[in-house]
Amino acid sequence: MEKNELIAKVNSVLAEEFEVEESVITAEANIKQTLQLDSLSLVDMVALIESEFGVKIPAGDLAKVQTFGALYDYLAERQ
Amino acid sequence: MKRVVITGMGIWSCLGKSLDEVRDSLYTGKSGIILDPMRKEMGFRSGLTAKVDIPDLKGELSRSQRAYMPEQAKYAYCATVEALRNAGIDQDYLDKHDVGLLYGNDSSADPTVRAVDTMREKHDTTLCGSGAIFQSMNSTVTMNLGTIFRLRGINLTVSGACASGAHAIGLGALLIQTGLQDMIVCGGAQEVNPFSIGSFDGISAFSVREDAPQKASRPFDRDRDGLVPGGGAATVIIEEYEHAVKRGAPIIAEILGYGFSANGDHISSPNVEGPSKSLRMAIERAGIQLDEIGYINAHATSTHVGDTNEAKAIYNVFGDRRIEVTSTKSQTGHEMWMAGASEVIYSMLMMKNNFIAANINFENPDEDSAKLLIPAQRIEKHFDTFLSNSFGFGGTNATLIVRNM
Repeated sequence: MEKNELIAKVNSVLAEEFEVEESVITAEANIKQTLQLDSLSLVDMVALIESEFGVKIPAGDLAKVQTFGALYDYLAERQ
Repeated sequence: MKRVVITGMGIWSCLGKSLDEVRDSLYTGKSGIILDPMRKEMGFRSGLTAKVDIPDLKGELSRSQRAYMPEQAKYAYCATVEALRNAGIDQDYLDKHDVGLLYGNDSSADPTVRAVDTMREKHDTTLCGSGAIFQSMNSTVTMNLGTIFRLRGINLTVSGACASGAHAIGLGALLIQTGLQDMIVCGGAQEVNPFSIGSFDGISAFSVREDAPQKASRPFDRDRDGLVPGGGAATVIIEEYEHAVKRGAPIIAEILGYGFSANGDHISSPNVEGPSKSLRMAIERAGIQLDEIGYINAHATSTHVGDTNEAKAIYNVFGDRRIEVTSTKSQTGHEMWMAGASEVIYSMLMMKNNFIAANINFENPDEDSAKLLIPAQRIEKHFDTFLSNSFGFGGTNATLIVRNM
């Protein structure tokens, strides 16, 4: 998947699941704040990413994936 | 002892998604039963089921709230919204008072099965998602309703098999009678997905009259061949009488008596002595004469032994008194954990609208049902007091007596 295509799919999938406008998702934005994730819904994001992109983000890596930009890169490197 | 009244009710069932719809379905004798092709593909002996739509709560509840709710919690939410509205209770009231919650529920199979499938396939528990634990616990309905409505009184799920809903109302009434609570949200909920009752189908308990789904549930009829599973949720708001008067609540009815017993016998086959004891206890606690009861809503599920033994128990207690007895399961199928609560609501709708719904599909009596007055057609009748039976696996029995107000 091309990076632009990946970004578009990440934004679409997360906006749909967490019920936010896609326009608020930018590379610099903080994931937890933007999607209003608590410790429980963060688990849902991990499950959703695995289901849609086949990439499991281990708990130890979550601290490195703070922004959507970091998430795009994380997924792009593992696809 | 304090008096206990019902000030609100709400329902989500195969007969309708509001009290008005359900009243009309009862009046016209509508059946909520269909044949589900998916169950046949899954290897069910019987594909018969009640048809209950799962409510779409997007826009009404947050994404997180919905994530923790299995289908029966969604039914219970809708029934409770309707019941609270009818009782004149808003969120501000709930925030300022210690309102309790006692709800019948005895399974949550669908989320449990899905989580296990994920664990087996992915070998990673995180991928089950955050909702799986809250959806799969037996107390899922009370934990969801308690947090959504911010209730701060007693919060407890009552698991008494097919008598769960009736025990929830009865136990709630006891808490109010003794002054421990002023108001409790009571009810019963039942999931309708195939996973929840596949093993029940496996013990040949269900009707196989698949060529005529709406004729399949036929309590008390000579040619009955098993029950049809159903579900949904039903909520009643019960309240201490003086408390209800003081706040100007719409008082619908009074809970006069709650009887209970256990058979101490076979795990699935009911007997006659246990139910008879429950009936007698409810009548004694209600402090009424048998002739005051104008209608009996039977537990009768359309199984051979169950209906026969209940008919014997009713005859044991009421003798030759000509009191109408029907089973609304002829229309709804067996709503199991929900049934004790929904059947109180069905009976109240009849009582408030001066009719007794037909025991549909009752075409020929057997030896025991012939001794009871079972109307196969709707009758127009005013009555002010009814008795409702609920019995469950393990031999748990509950009887409620309710009077019009």
